[in-house]
Amino acid sequence: LELTKEEQEALDGEMGETLQTAYRILLATGEATNAEKLIPIKWAHLSGVNYNTIGDAGEEFLRKISKDAQVKVKATVNPMGVDFDHISEFNHIDDEFIEKQKSIRDSYIRMGVEPTFSCTPYDIFDLPEKDTQVSFAESNAAIFANSLGGLKTNKESAFSALASALTGKSPYSDFRKDETNIPMTIRMKLEHPNELDFGLLGFFAGKVGDTAVNISGVSQPNRRSCKALCGGMGTSGTCAKFQFTDVENDTSEKVDFGKEEMNKIYDELNTSDKGDIITLGSPQLGLGELSDLSNMLKGKSFQKRCMIFCSRAVQNQARNLDYTKEIERAGGEILSDCCTCLTPLIDTNETDSVTTNSVKGAYYLKNSTGVDVNLKSLSKIIEEDTK
Amino acid sequence: MTKVIVQGKAKGLVLKTHNPINFLGAIDNKTGIVHDQKYDIFEKSVKNSVLVFPHGIGSSVGAYTIYSLKVNGNAPIAMICQKADLTVASGCALADIPMLVVTPEKFNSIENGKEMQIDTKSTEIIN
Repeated sequence: LELTKEEQEALDGEMGETLQTAYRILLATGEATNAEKLIPIKWAHLSGVNYNTIGDAGEEFLRKISKDAQVKVKATVNPMGVDFDHISEFNHIDDEFIEKQKSIRDSYIRMGVEPTFSCTPYDIFDLPEKDTQVSFAESNAAIFANSLGGLKTNKESAFSALASALTGKSPYSDFRKDETNIPMTIRMKLEHPNELDFGLLGFFAGKVGDTAVNISGVSQPNRRSCKALCGGMGTSGTCAKFQFTDVENDTSEKVDFGKEEMNKIYDELNTSDKGDIITLGSPQLGLGELSDLSNMLKGKSFQKRCMIFCSRAVQNQARNLDYTKEIERAGGEILSDCCTCLTPLIDTNETDSVTTNSVKGAYYLKNSTGVDVNLKSLSKIIEEDTK
Repeated sequence: MTKVIVQGKAKGLVLKTHNPINFLGAIDNKTGIVHDQKYDIFEKSVKNSVLVFPHGIGSSVGAYTIYSLKVNGNAPIAMICQKADLTVASGCALADIPMLVVTPEKFNSIENGKEMQIDTKSTEIIN
């Protein structure tokens, strides 16, 4: 990796400790991606906001660097652990969590990020023009940006995206260049797939694919299914991009995703045949998804607690358009700034199992929150868990 | 060819897994113990090991897990992968943990439990 004179000086510490740290990270990620130089990026999306994921070490690190660090480009951030507007309804969350979470939130705000607290920046902002270089850490957002948004990003890490935000740069990896030689095609063999099937397809593709995969046999999935695909794919592997294609006579390796492959992934993630509560949203729901949900809930009520996660920006739009009325009447709790993944809002003393349609949510509910998971599609949730 | 991702020196016993690691989901940063039973190093501690694994997967926040392991005194003293990924590279850079990428042949030849010495400035990086 060749650095300019200015970049080398920053790496040597001549522009302060924080930028030195940022350039050390870019140097390592540059080596890791075989990049020959750093290039400017227009937008960084940062992960590492939930106290449950970054812990005391992360909280202290951010508090320290935010004393002098400022972002150089547009920067948005991932969800926190909780929704502070509703925190009083969740008595089991201890004061330490609240204090540390506020400290993390304030550190990011001090550094100049936009306080979006969302894993779906593509649902909040208009995307920049095609081929714009960005640095997105949240895996579902990086995959969405590359595959559906026409942007270019590595599947960044929390630190590489932070380093990009502080310097406005990222290593010029092969992945950021134009040539796309995708070595594998996943053949979707399921008919009439719903969003759960797409989530499982994503999880499968993430496992077998390397940095990018083609997906054939799919015709124009809706946004809910696309987001589920991005979420599943980001959870299980290193894959940063997919491309829908129906070209099958190329030289790429062909892998089928049929009933058998789907059932295997399903059995890995589904550990219960019922859930004590329901969560919707990982990735957080967009405006269209809230609109659909409000239509599906007409005349029905949830028979158990249902937490619905969406970004603050989307919630505000949904309130203006009255989509929230029907959802709340049906007993749904709309929560923002947080998400199913690693939220302490789920009280593990009272909850043994969670029903969700999110494959990404299922993975972290089981492995990080430590509850069993009942994985089923949204239409099945409405059919079986509302009256 | 061995590629240096993060510079440094270390000496310790190899802990090798054939499973790609999702640091956020799989390792408890307060203890260093692998707590996901799907891993072949389930219930083993990564503390002070030369951690040898194919590559990182999953959450981008795994970089914070690596940093937290270091701050909590439970980190591996070095990491060796077959493929570099940004989460492990950036986590090791911030935590000052030497990190190498080796060829598949070299990866396969590394034995679990063996003592290993790493010096990225030396001509023989791995001994």
